[in-house]
Amino acid sequence: MNRIGVLVVGGGPAGLAAALAAKENGIDNVLILERDQELGGILNQCIHNGFGLHTFKQELTGPEYAGRFIDRVKEAGIPYKLGTMVMDIRPDRTVLAMNREEGMVEYACDAVVLAMGCRERPRGALNIPGYRPAGIYTAGAAQRLVNMEGYMPGKEVVILGSGDIGLIMARRMTLEGAKVHVVAELMPYSGGLKRNIVQCLDDFGIPLKLSHTVVDIQGKKRVEGVTIARVEGGKPVPGTEITYKCDTLLLSTGLIPENELSLSAGVELSRITSGPKVNESFETSVPGVFACGNVLHVHDLVDYVSEEAAQAGKAAAEYAKNGAKPACDTIPLIPTGGVRYTVPVAIRRDANQGEVTIRMRVDNVYQNKYLCLYKDGERLVRRKRMIMAPGEMETLKIDLSKLAGAEQITLRLED
Amino acid sequence: MVDIIIIGAGVSGSAVARELSRYQAKILVLDKEEDVCCGTSKANSAIVHGGFDAEPGTLKAKLNIRGSRVMEQLSKDLDFHYDRCGSLVLCMAEEDRPKLRRLYEKGVANGVKELRIIDAQELRQMEPNLCDDAVAALWVPSGAIVCPFGLNIAMAENAAANGAEFVFNAEVQNITKTENGWCVSTTQGAFEAKVVINAAGVHAGTIHNLVSDDKMTIINRRGDYYLLDKTAKCVSHTIFTLPNRMGKGVLVSPTVHGNTIVGPTAIDIPDPENTATTAAGLQQAGQKASYMVKNLPLRQVITSFAGLRAHHPDDDFIIEEVEGAPGFIDVAGIESPGLSASPAIGEYVAEIVRDLLKLEEKENFISTRKGILNPSELSVEERNDLIRENPAYGQIICRCESISEGEILDAIHRPLGARSLDGVKRRVRAGMGRCQGGFCAPRVMEILARELGVNPLEVTKEGPGSELLVGKTKEG
Repeated sequence: MNRIGVLVVGGGPAGLAAALAAKENGIDNVLILERDQELGGILNQCIHNGFGLHTFKQELTGPEYAGRFIDRVKEAGIPYKLGTMVMDIRPDRTVLAMNREEGMVEYACDAVVLAMGCRERPRGALNIPGYRPAGIYTAGAAQRLVNMEGYMPGKEVVILGSGDIGLIMARRMTLEGAKVHVVAELMPYSGGLKRNIVQCLDDFGIPLKLSHTVVDIQGKKRVEGVTIARVEGGKPVPGTEITYKCDTLLLSTGLIPENELSLSAGVELSRITSGPKVNESFETSVPGVFACGNVLHVHDLVDYVSEEAAQAGKAAAEYAKNGAKPACDTIPLIPTGGVRYTVPVAIRRDANQGEVTIRMRVDNVYQNKYLCLYKDGERLVRRKRMIMAPGEMETLKIDLSKLAGAEQITLRLED
Repeated sequence: MVDIIIIGAGVSGSAVARELSRYQAKILVLDKEEDVCCGTSKANSAIVHGGFDAEPGTLKAKLNIRGSRVMEQLSKDLDFHYDRCGSLVLCMAEEDRPKLRRLYEKGVANGVKELRIIDAQELRQMEPNLCDDAVAALWVPSGAIVCPFGLNIAMAENAAANGAEFVFNAEVQNITKTENGWCVSTTQGAFEAKVVINAAGVHAGTIHNLVSDDKMTIINRRGDYYLLDKTAKCVSHTIFTLPNRMGKGVLVSPTVHGNTIVGPTAIDIPDPENTATTAAGLQQAGQKASYMVKNLPLRQVITSFAGLRAHHPDDDFIIEEVEGAPGFIDVAGIESPGLSASPAIGEYVAEIVRDLLKLEEKENFISTRKGILNPSELSVEERNDLIRENPAYGQIICRCESISEGEILDAIHRPLGARSLDGVKRRVRAGMGRCQGGFCAPRVMEILARELGVNPLEVTKEGPGSELLVGKTKEG
């Protein structure tokens, strides 16, 4: 069996940053396993710009952003294997991987960082009635076809869901000569970033219909039309149907952390994020197994992924060097009053140096509210936010020393 | 001129082809679609019924019992997935007990073995997730589940290995009597045969009516289904409620691949091509199933689909030589339990044709078939040997179902191989998992184009008209 200090599952932005941090924190024996044929993950198909504003103070494309980390990984001499699928992770951190050249190989790992990313919710999971013809793609699959393979999946397009990839693809398909008729969004608010709505829809005159969903797909062999209708109280309103003649339906209706391997390792998942429950060190319920990036919770900006993954990589390195910390109680973080979830979900009582970054999402669109943090009954933080939306992640940083002795930490929105 | 033309490469046509390929006869199978298993055979409950439901004395009863008895051995001979998980027919109210009793008696009369009525307590032990209303059940140990694609493809491949030829995208346009038999005109040209077998599923009425003045109507009875994720496993047997006039009602069952299937509804519709699901149909299937199983995890749906049953007004299989059309044999009205009965339908039709044409058995009939190698069933050592020999087995293409490139290549290159995305999916399950091809579809499209030697723009989802791409990008 091969012995590895920190094994990183996934060579996307999270895996790259985690591996670099592990190496920088004294682990020589780091290995990245990537299932695709190149490092960079989903960034490789994100050829639009807008990446790295926080990290590099520059507007980079996805491949450029990934390239900076890939260069650093190569400079640091961190080994990686491409075309390599992790087949199983066991609770004792034995990892079974497979590729064409070596077949199935087992690794015994001091620490494991989960960085597998997320997948898109498919049509089947949405219960959209109608036919099942060619021409229905998730926005990410269409993005891959257009940006990496050079093919157009369609010319007349309806998009369901206003997630960021859908918005980006509305613009991309338009630039490639397709007609994007409409973006329909089930919720009364968009699931994507405001800047994407402005730059990808408004600037191209593409209508966004909130509180609308697809109620029928026509065409037995290839999509011939898509009918949308207004939704009230979760149900389509009869008489509000509009049918668009089109050959393509793109879906951008949500991203789901890809945690099949986490489950095989015995990692406990959050029912809200579908990602692992982690503490302030990004350690999961399985000792020595850490998680970061979109496999942990879906991010809006890659900069936050890199930042979070670096902390996870550092913590994994410490675990690999020193073994498990002594058993210790944790302080739970309770999301309430408009806050849907927090990452982390708990903080170890012995973690009392430095600061912790708490990331969260809200459950609706809120204006002029205060994002508050309570240590038991005592409010420690009250930050004004002009606008908060489910599509944009919120962040609070706080010194760990201030949280010492708490029974619980509560996050809530207040007027 | 061939001896036998079979119209339809679904499970009935393929079973007939396989059984007839035992004989010295030239067999041609025609299908209007691009592959075998494209109609009713691909969209059904995937159940091998015990045989308790059909009216005693009917062909449905006789062939269901026979099919159910031979299916397990056939699954070994032809290497497809089969699991005798047993089925339970729930009685949801005290006043329905007499109906349950009558069903039991019908099953006994049909010759179903080991039938037993069990009480609520025993039922709960077998299936802890059932609704509290279930007061008793008919326990059918011979009930089983099967991979419908696997069964259909296996029988067709075995027929092909024994010399049967298949022509796809061949929609029948006309059939005329010739001196020695029949001429079948199709979109792929005209073919002549001594005997024609009409196994055209929901189109069997239309085909029948080309040769007979005694018109046949096949009713298209649509059923909507949900397929749930492997993580949604909530029952370990096939769960029915008492049958009604429109069929066996909604069921909840494990599939041979570890998913859970929920459905079908039963709605008669005029269009034999209308396999669109409806919101109302799906909702109804979900409600009825939730009535049987507590906290049915419908939120873990990974796909929904609709299939059409080919219902004959006589409520039985119609398998006979058509009066006034010598050598033209209907295999019509093959609705449930058609999948279960299919091996027996093959035998039954083969006997008719054997006697008609005085066929003699081949000496070199190949009775077994090896399916597509499934590396996940191998040990690590065996798998490594395989990858050394053929590295394509070391490359996972479909993440959700862990399907390697090697399996996909096998699916494409074997006899009657896959020509489309759905063809690959039905053979090796690439794209059948929880992401429904979101990740692997572009890769499988690339492999199909490369292996079939076609332009990627020509790759289809399920044959001509279902092209997946419409052109290149501006700089592509």
